[in-house]
Amino acid sequence: MSRIQSVFATLKAQGKKALIPYITAGDPHPDHTVPLLHALVEAGADMIELGVPFSDPMADGPVIQRASERALVHKMGLRKVLGMVKEFRASNQTTPIVLMGYANPIEAMGSSQFVALAKEAGVDGVLTVDYPPEECERFNQELASADIDSIFLLSPTTEPSRTELIVKQATGFLYYVSLKGVTGAANLDIVEVKKRVAEIRQQTSLPIGVGFGVKDAATAREVAAIADAVVVGSRMVLAIENSDATHLITNVQALTKELRTAIDSV
Amino acid sequence: MQMYDMPDERGHFGPFGGVFVAETLVEALEELRVMYEKYRHDPEFLAEFAYDLKHFVGRPSPIYHAKRLSDKVGGAQIYLKREDLNHTGAHKINNTIGQALLAKRMGKPRVIAETGAGQHGVATATIAARLGLECVVYMGAEDVKRQAPNVFRMKLLGATVVPVESGSKTLKDALNEAMRDWVTNISNTFYIIGTVAGPHPYPMMVRDFQAVIGIEAKEQMQEMIGRQPDAVVACVGGGSNAMGIFYPYIDVEGVRLIGVEAGGHGLSTGQHAAPLTANSPIGVLHGNRTYLMQDEDGNIIETHSISAGLDYPGVGPEHAWLKDIKRAEYVAITDEEAMTAFHNLCRTEGIIPAMESSHALAHAEKLAKTMSPDQVVLVNLSGRGDKDINTVARLANITL
Repeated sequence: MSRIQSVFATLKAQGKKALIPYITAGDPHPDHTVPLLHALVEAGADMIELGVPFSDPMADGPVIQRASERALVHKMGLRKVLGMVKEFRASNQTTPIVLMGYANPIEAMGSSQFVALAKEAGVDGVLTVDYPPEECERFNQELASADIDSIFLLSPTTEPSRTELIVKQATGFLYYVSLKGVTGAANLDIVEVKKRVAEIRQQTSLPIGVGFGVKDAATAREVAAIADAVVVGSRMVLAIENSDATHLITNVQALTKELRTAIDSV
Repeated sequence: MQMYDMPDERGHFGPFGGVFVAETLVEALEELRVMYEKYRHDPEFLAEFAYDLKHFVGRPSPIYHAKRLSDKVGGAQIYLKREDLNHTGAHKINNTIGQALLAKRMGKPRVIAETGAGQHGVATATIAARLGLECVVYMGAEDVKRQAPNVFRMKLLGATVVPVESGSKTLKDALNEAMRDWVTNISNTFYIIGTVAGPHPYPMMVRDFQAVIGIEAKEQMQEMIGRQPDAVVACVGGGSNAMGIFYPYIDVEGVRLIGVEAGGHGLSTGQHAAPLTANSPIGVLHGNRTYLMQDEDGNIIETHSISAGLDYPGVGPEHAWLKDIKRAEYVAITDEEAMTAFHNLCRTEGIIPAMESSHALAHAEKLAKTMSPDQVVLVNLSGRGDKDINTVARLANITL
C-alpha cells in the first residue's frame, strides 16, 4: 500500500477527512521550506502538496504566481525541490508529498531522470497541471513503474466520458477543481460541488480531494462534508506572504490548526 | 509526391504541437475543435470570411516589385507581398476576422486577446467593434509603454486594455493572463489567439485563416513573372505571417522557405528571441510542445528584440516541424540589421515597414546579394511601420 493509500485508509477507519495544504517550494526563501513542511505536519496536515516553481504558471492565480516569483529569485529549480523532499523524508517517513507543477521543468530534466530522482527523494505523487492524460501516457507508465501516484485534475466542465478516461489513468486520489477559474479565484458553489462529487463517485472508488476555492475554515468544513480531502492552496500561500520570517511558522501553523479543527468538526 | 498533411487529429506536428493545458480548459478546446471542423469547409462560412477579407480588409493585397531596392542591393529581384496595406496595417486582421466569425457562430458575446506590439490587439478590437462583440485585450505592462499609440487605438475601438504586471510583463505574460481569463469565463468568451501557437486547434486554425496570403501570392506571382519565386522570406515571432505565406508553398518544389527570427543583440549575447536559430531545447509552453528558450531548470527566460511583435520565447509548433523536416530554413537578424533594412526601404521605395517585417527585409537583402538578377525573392511585408515611429525616433535620440 502506498503512503497516499494508507493515509486515506487510516482516516477512513477513523471517520476523518484529509487536510492537504499547498505551499510553493522556496517561498519565501528556500531555507524555510523544509521547516514549513514539518510545521504543517505538526499542525495537522495529512499530506502536503509541494509546488514546483515555474516562470509561467498559467493555471494559477496571482497569489500562487507571486509565490513562484519569490522562489525563482532564489533559483529554486526542480532539482532543488527534490533535494528538499529528500531532506524532509530523512525525518518523516509517513506524510505523503505530492509535487504539483508544470510539464516544462520535468521535460527539461528528462522524464525518466525526474522519476528516478523523485523516487529516490521519497515523492509519493505527481500532479502535472498541463499534462492531460492524452499527452502523458509514457510519463504515467514511468511513474507507475516507480510506484509514484499520478494525480489528475477533474473540472466542473469535464464530461462523464472524459472522467472515465481520467479515472483509468489516475492513482492515489482525484483532485476536483471546485470552480471555473484559476487557483484562489472566486468562492466555490458548494451545491454544485456536492452534485459533481457524487457523480464522480459513480465512476471511481478513488478518494476525491477538492480544492481551488477553499478560502477559510467555513468552506473547508463544507468541503470536508462532501469530499475525502480538502486542498488549501492560495489561502496558505497568502499566510506565508503576509508573515515576516519570525512569525512565518506560527502563522502557518495557526491557519492549519484552524482548518484541521473545522474539518474534524464534520 | 506525398502531399503535406499536418497536423494529426490531436494537433501534433510530429513531436510538436498537441494540447498541453489544465483540465479546466480541455472542454473549451474540444468545443472549439469540433466547431472549427464543422465550419472550416462550410461554404457559407468561407463566403462570409472571403467577403470581409475583400470589402473590410481590402484584399487581395498587392505584390509589388521593389525595383530600386533590388538594384541597390544588387542580385535577385525583391518582391513584396503588401500585407502592410491591409486595414489596420498588418496581416493580423485576416485571422481575427476568421476567429470572430467563428465566435459569433458559437454564440460567444465576448472576445479576449493577448497582444505584443499591439497589432493583434488592434485587429481584434476592430473586428469586435464591427461585429458588436465585447472585447478585452491583455498586454504586457512593458509593451503598453512601448506601444502607446496602439493602446489608444484599441480604446478608441471600444476595447478594454488590461496591462499585465506579472512575469516579464511582455507578450508571454499577456498570453498567460488571457488564458486565465478564458478559464474563468469559458461559457461566454472566445479567446482569439493571434499567432500559430497555443493548444490545438489554434496553430492549425490561425494558419488556415492566414493562408490567404500564400494562396494569393501563388496566383499573383504566376501572373507577374509566370512562375513562382526562388525563395519566400518572412519574419517569425510566433510565426503567423510566415505560416500564412509558407503553407500554400510547402508542396511547391524549388521554392525555398526562410523564416527570420529576432536576433536581438546577437545570438552569442543570449539576448534575442530566436529559439529555432539558436537551437533551443524542446519544451512545453502555452499549450503546445515546441522549441523554447529556457534555462536549465526549464523556466522560460526573458527574450529581447527591438520589435515587440517578435519578442516571444517559443515559436509555433509547425515551424518547429518544418525546421526538423528541413522544408523551411530559419535564420536570425539582429536589431541593428533590421533597423538598417527599415531605413533602406523607407528611402528607396517610399514604404515604412513594421520593425517585425524589417527583419525579413534585412535577410532578403543578404540573400538577394548571393543570387542572380533573374532570380526572385518574395518577402512577406507583414505590416506597416507607423506604430514604430516612436521607437525609431527614440533610438535616434529624437523627441517627437
